[in-house]
Amino acid sequence: MNAASPYFGQIINLLAAILLLLSFAMLSQRRILSLIDLFMAQGAVLCASTAVVAYATGQNHLYVSAGITLLLKVMLLPWILHRLIRRLNVKWDVETLINIPTTMLIGIVLVIFAFNLALPISQLAGTITRSTLGIAMAAVLLAFLMMITRSKAVPQVIGFLSMENGLFFAATSATYGMPMVVELGIALDVLVGMVILGVFFFQIREQFDSLDIRHLEQLKDD
Amino acid sequence: MNANLAAGILLQFLELIAALVLAPLLSGWVNQCRALLQNRSAPPLMLPYRQIAKLFEKEVVLAGNASSLFRAAPYIIFACMALASLIVPTLSTDLPFAAAADAIALVGIFALARVFIALAGMDVGTSFGSLGARREMLIGFLAEPALLMVFFTTSLISQSTSLAIIVETLGHREFAIYPSLAFAGVAFTMVSLAENARVPVDNPTTHLELTMIHEAMILEYSGRHLALIEWAASLKLYAYSCIGLALFFPWGIPQGVGIETLLIAMPALLFKLAVGGVILALIETLSAKMRIFRAPEFLGTAFLLAVLAMLVHLLLEAGK
Amino acid sequence: MEFLFVLGIPLLGGLVLALTGHRRVAAEINAVFSLLTFLAAAVLTKRIIDDGPQRFFDEQFFIDSFNVFLVALTAFVGFTTSIFSRPYMRIEHEHGRLTSGRLRLYHSMFQMFMFTMLLALTTNNMGILWVAMEAATLTTVLLVSLYRTAASLEAAWKYFILCGVGIAQALFGTILLYFAAEKVLGHQGSALLWTHLDAVKGQLEPTVLSLAFVFLLVGYGTKVGLVPLHNWLPDAHAEGPTPVSAVLSGLLLNVALYAVVRCKVLADGALQSNLASLLMMGFGMLSVVVAAFALSRQKDIKRLFGYSSIEHMGIITFAFGMGGPVANFAGLLHMTVHSLTKSAIFFAVGHAAQKSGTQVIDNIRGLIKVSPTVGWGLLLGSLAILGMPPFGVFASEFLILTTAMKQQPWATPFLLMALGVAFASIFGKVQPMVFGDTTVKRLPHPPALLPVFAHLVLVLVLGLWIPPYLADWYRTAAKLIG
Repeated sequence: MNAASPYFGQIINLLAAILLLLSFAMLSQRRILSLIDLFMAQGAVLCASTAVVAYATGQNHLYVSAGITLLLKVMLLPWILHRLIRRLNVKWDVETLINIPTTMLIGIVLVIFAFNLALPISQLAGTITRSTLGIAMAAVLLAFLMMITRSKAVPQVIGFLSMENGLFFAATSATYGMPMVVELGIALDVLVGMVILGVFFFQIREQFDSLDIRHLEQLKDD
Repeated sequence: MNANLAAGILLQFLELIAALVLAPLLSGWVNQCRALLQNRSAPPLMLPYRQIAKLFEKEVVLAGNASSLFRAAPYIIFACMALASLIVPTLSTDLPFAAAADAIALVGIFALARVFIALAGMDVGTSFGSLGARREMLIGFLAEPALLMVFFTTSLISQSTSLAIIVETLGHREFAIYPSLAFAGVAFTMVSLAENARVPVDNPTTHLELTMIHEAMILEYSGRHLALIEWAASLKLYAYSCIGLALFFPWGIPQGVGIETLLIAMPALLFKLAVGGVILALIETLSAKMRIFRAPEFLGTAFLLAVLAMLVHLLLEAGK
Repeated sequence: MEFLFVLGIPLLGGLVLALTGHRRVAAEINAVFSLLTFLAAAVLTKRIIDDGPQRFFDEQFFIDSFNVFLVALTAFVGFTTSIFSRPYMRIEHEHGRLTSGRLRLYHSMFQMFMFTMLLALTTNNMGILWVAMEAATLTTVLLVSLYRTAASLEAAWKYFILCGVGIAQALFGTILLYFAAEKVLGHQGSALLWTHLDAVKGQLEPTVLSLAFVFLLVGYGTKVGLVPLHNWLPDAHAEGPTPVSAVLSGLLLNVALYAVVRCKVLADGALQSNLASLLMMGFGMLSVVVAAFALSRQKDIKRLFGYSSIEHMGIITFAFGMGGPVANFAGLLHMTVHSLTKSAIFFAVGHAAQKSGTQVIDNIRGLIKVSPTVGWGLLLGSLAILGMPPFGVFASEFLILTTAMKQQPWATPFLLMALGVAFASIFGKVQPMVFGDTTVKRLPHPPALLPVFAHLVLVLVLGLWIPPYLADWYRTAAKLIG
């Protein structure tokens, strides 16, 4: 940890705070296109914070993961999502199963829970980013909440990707990132998963004329 | 010591004068900026003064069933707002009155004024008055917790609820990035817009019956009562602006008492208020008035942000 | 070298079939690749038995007695499934349920699925293990929705979302594991290698590791199908093509459980408490009981056996949770026999469903009149999975029960009751399917019944007599797990 680390720590804290804010913004967002933009912004914040951590700590491999983030989450995935939306003619508004203010309140509870859960671990960490672990965890839980409360397929998938963002942020803040080969593997999985989902959306739409996953509740035990 | 106290009381007095004088000016300035931004020809800067003066000269017309409460309310509201602007440190943090009331009391003073204006709105028994009062209480009920949360966040940072100490700590610390303050700032802006009946929540210039909140309550007022209420409204805007400036841009508010510090503080305050007015006009121009049913959501978001600010402070900044 | 073949052949197979999978010979190509994989796995197994544990490629891959037996099992069941799928998928094609393009997808993804499972089994890197498990999910999502019916799409969506969320928990667990490891092993790639972690497991931070294990258990446990994270499993088994159900039940669940057990070894080493054991026993027991009671409500034959898989995975998880040489031995044996029996049952069920044109239990009647082999295969398979002696399942369940009586007496009544309920439900449903008046019709292609009986004979042999080298091998593996 070099002499300049207090400032880097502050910048990372700021980025972490923005990440949390973006998670809440996604939770409250009503329009799919804005949702994608928010996801893109989240990717950009993630990329920036990874780069700052890399610079502050001299962990060069983090530059590579920042690059992957930029490529994958700021450019490629939003592009694929935009294309999907256009090709599928998805309706622009997002429907929620629980109304948004209630969702937000649940979100605050989740954040408190995440902070408490992360507290003992972050005290053990020696990284300058340790206090952001709680935020990473909160972001994961908020994304999870978003997946639960949305009734359309596309927002659910964005929630899923956002959850991956949170996990990635957790990896950066707790341990300065995973080993390179693992990170590459994760990125590949995310990309392949997105492509497969793209195919899948078309199948669902073809079958049901809609991407409302409430159609997908027919299978029962008896 | 005595000389200091005397200077302090003088300064306090000066602050009151500044508030009473500057408040209508600020309203005029915001209106002017708004008109310019909307490509309209701007009203004169001094228009609020002239309006207040004109209203003072006019005769008061009271509804037949108006009670004494209706007549007393404008004075109470005006007194509350004047008191509020006394507590907020604008020209110096070394104010004799500041020890008497802290941030939470300030919220209480605002709440008192709100209760009276709502009661006055319902007093005459017109449908508009009750409608406006109900809406005002709804907004107040949602805005107050958010405002308190903002104050709590800053109090946590400075370990005190006294506004003067908060401003001193925030203004004289070494430079550090506080994400919590950024969140709290946004939340405070949203609360201020709602509390001062500005555009996304209410429109201060409208008389469109379905959407108005503040205007609906004061429809029955005339003459000097109306003048006081208008003046109080601009004082409220001034007080909120000064709180925002003191909490989030505290630079330039001196600690001591004296002519030379005043010479720095006064231009700094004027400059910050002018910039704040431009920003307010910008926000009002860029956003559209939302449906009244969306206001709870708007204020809910403000509350959320304020809570987040506090949480983020506890997680990221505590123990440093 | 053999090792390279084990991973390389299915990968190559996936690529080749991506190009040629729509041809008529694709089924044969698929079988040939699977056979080659199996041969390579057999040679590799021989070498590990002779020379002991081995590491490859800068320690990135690690094979010991524990995972080599799963590699051999996976390759074997993969091979027999490819033989079964040859006529099965051809009939589906001729019935018009599948187009050539989807057959190509099926064949290619089948091989890729084998590849990801073998990768998950052989990798030494806990991070790559995660990547391979996620990749296994992704390859099977499209297999589950192969028929593009409303129900299969729903099953695949549920499968993807639930397993995706689950596996995200596992990633968080892996991050925490790395976080704990980094303190001991330093910040480098090797800090996630299982062998290195195993060497220093006593020094890992207990608080972090207990949290990590909870996340890993929940994450990989979702893929094992442990209650209450099991909702995807019956749907995916019922709506996908039968060969996919067979490999999901017979192999993927094993691989996920393998991941859990690897993590448990580390957690046991780091924690002074028996948290890992308790958690695994709790989840295992819950799965056994819930699945056993769900069995009687099933109307779809493949769902029925999907729930049966949950029950058996619960039994195995419970066994590994108890720990100790005997329980681990029994757990490994049960993994083997369940894998063989369950895939055999799905093969028989697949043909039965094809012959009667439905998967609804009430509409399948009198199999034995039209096709005695399918009927007997289903009946014997069911008896085997229900733990009738002399089949191998009896041996392993008997071992688990006796160990439970000794170590966890409280669990015995629950286990016995669950097994009894399961027996009544499954036997009561299968018996009228096999005997009685018939509704089924003849099919254009003769069914591939060789795999069914090959599996059942193996299970029978394992029940009567475990070859000494196999027993040795289990014992070594059981000791490794601890």
